Amino acid sequence: MFWNKEIECIDEEKLREKQLERLKNTIKRAYEKVPYYRKKLNEAQVSPDDIKKLEDIRNIPFTSKADLREVYPFGMFASPLSEIVEIHMSSGTTGRPIVAGYTLLDIEIWGEVMARCLTMAGATKNDIVQVAYGYGLFTGGFGVHYGARKIGAMIVPASAGNTRRQIEIMRDFGTTILACTPSYALYMAEVAQEMGIEPTTLKLKAGCFGAEMWTEAMRTEIEKRFNLNAYNIYGLTEIIGPGVAHECSEKKGLHVFEDHFFVEVIDPDTGDPVYDGQRGELVLTTLTREGMPMLRFRTRDITSIIRDKCACGRTFARIERIRGRTDDMIKVRGVMIFPYQIEKAILEVQGVEPHYQIIITRPQHLDEIEVMVEMSKETFSDEVKHIENLRRKLEKRIEDITGIRVKVTLVEPKSLPRSEGKAKRIIDKRSLHD
Amino acid sequence: MKIKQISVFLENKRGRLYEALKVLADSKINIRALSIADTSEFGILRMIVTDPEKAKEILENNEFTVKLTNVIAMAVKDKPGGLAEALNYLYDANINIEYIYAFVEKSGEKAVVVLRTENLDKTISILQDSNIKLLTWDDVLAL
Repeated sequence: MFWNKEIECIDEEKLREKQLERLKNTIKRAYEKVPYYRKKLNEAQVSPDDIKKLEDIRNIPFTSKADLREVYPFGMFASPLSEIVEIHMSSGTTGRPIVAGYTLLDIEIWGEVMARCLTMAGATKNDIVQVAYGYGLFTGGFGVHYGARKIGAMIVPASAGNTRRQIEIMRDFGTTILACTPSYALYMAEVAQEMGIEPTTLKLKAGCFGAEMWTEAMRTEIEKRFNLNAYNIYGLTEIIGPGVAHECSEKKGLHVFEDHFFVEVIDPDTGDPVYDGQRGELVLTTLTREGMPMLRFRTRDITSIIRDKCACGRTFARIERIRGRTDDMIKVRGVMIFPYQIEKAILEVQGVEPHYQIIITRPQHLDEIEVMVEMSKETFSDEVKHIENLRRKLEKRIEDITGIRVKVTLVEPKSLPRSEGKAKRIIDKRSLHD
Repeated sequence: MKIKQISVFLENKRGRLYEALKVLADSKINIRALSIADTSEFGILRMIVTDPEKAKEILENNEFTVKLTNVIAMAVKDKPGGLAEALNYLYDANINIEYIYAFVEKSGEKAVVVLRTENLDKTISILQDSNIKLLTWDDVLAL
């Protein structure tokens, strides 16, 4: 189902033309209205007039979270405050928060892209959409709300929390579409069961889940628990909020609404573009935002671009499910690897939730990775050859998944450090002075 | 005829063997026989102890990876060729030995050999048919 078939299936050539025109306008607007951008572009010796083709975007400097923090609160706004009708904010776990300002037109665009998302999930005006993302400074609640209102669906603005009431509402109102974080969906399934309500008996047919990283395994679990179709939604406050990309019924990657957002994937170390299909950091540029144009924003999210034609008929490029954060990425011998890949390999071989640590060294000129894996009770054998075999299997599986040969060392249980929050998985001992 | 052996995974790290033995000593568990298989990175400590179940429990409580395995203990003559003779029977029967270690009993007449093979039941019947004395758990405790 399409919300705006004409645009969503637009001829590729026309799309690029539209993008170029909008990109030029956006860069011009940013340059003229936002002193911060003007300074950055001047420093990079780029003038908005230099943008002749889409590839020229590569001459525009990146914008980072740090840039946005520096201009807190309103320094990125390209419209006078009198034209800004709404503010959202990303929680600043590190340093100052990031503020996003929306004009009426921005809110209109937000509703449009969110309407496309919800329609991809099967929503129509006959549906009841329960928004269990938080309403407030967080973009989740309002974003879905605006999209559902555009479609004309019945909105239940439940916001996050009060889980028992959420479930009663779903049962009593007959909610058909659920929007929340995937982990909250799984939690709701558990609470429903505690309440004696079998989640599959609810009328839910689809869910738009996002705002956190999740896996295919979680999708399968959510779909089974609720008997619904679980879709992946992507977005971020700096760009607009939810509604940057969403999965179609094929569930093979998220279509980016390219008429509003320009998508690039770069090598996070060099800043150079990577080939389609290759993983790197997602970089987004808004093409239509008035209140806060965003030029080449580095999302720190790891994904790849899929440009093959999608069976659903949409011409918009897709990004694969977010695979990690650049903060977690390690580059070894020029190859990007992520802790989750190693975790997956160990899990497959050992069959239990692994405790591991990745140590990177550069003894001579070549990077070496050692993966310390805690021996589990289940796999311990008192024969050396079995343990050696286990070690080799782990090495092989990790190499299969990451493409990198590693050395696995088996260590005693509980010998690797545990931390309260995020475990310290990577120790990089490479000296950068050689 | 099978004897319970306790095996402990040890990282090649200073003090780990001592710590494992200290835990057993503190619980008054006596070690009858012991061997260590070592590689460059880890070792496997194998022991015959007076109370294997209890030893397993307390070692696990102290975060060691432990496994109880069945092995065979046989008595061979403490003289040249004593062990070779016994192994010859297994060789003829095409039985592979996973590991083996030995100690001399107090009287000094017999050597006790602990071994694990790929097929314990078959090993037991071959050794018994060849009149090799196999130790029961009571024999082990009496050593």
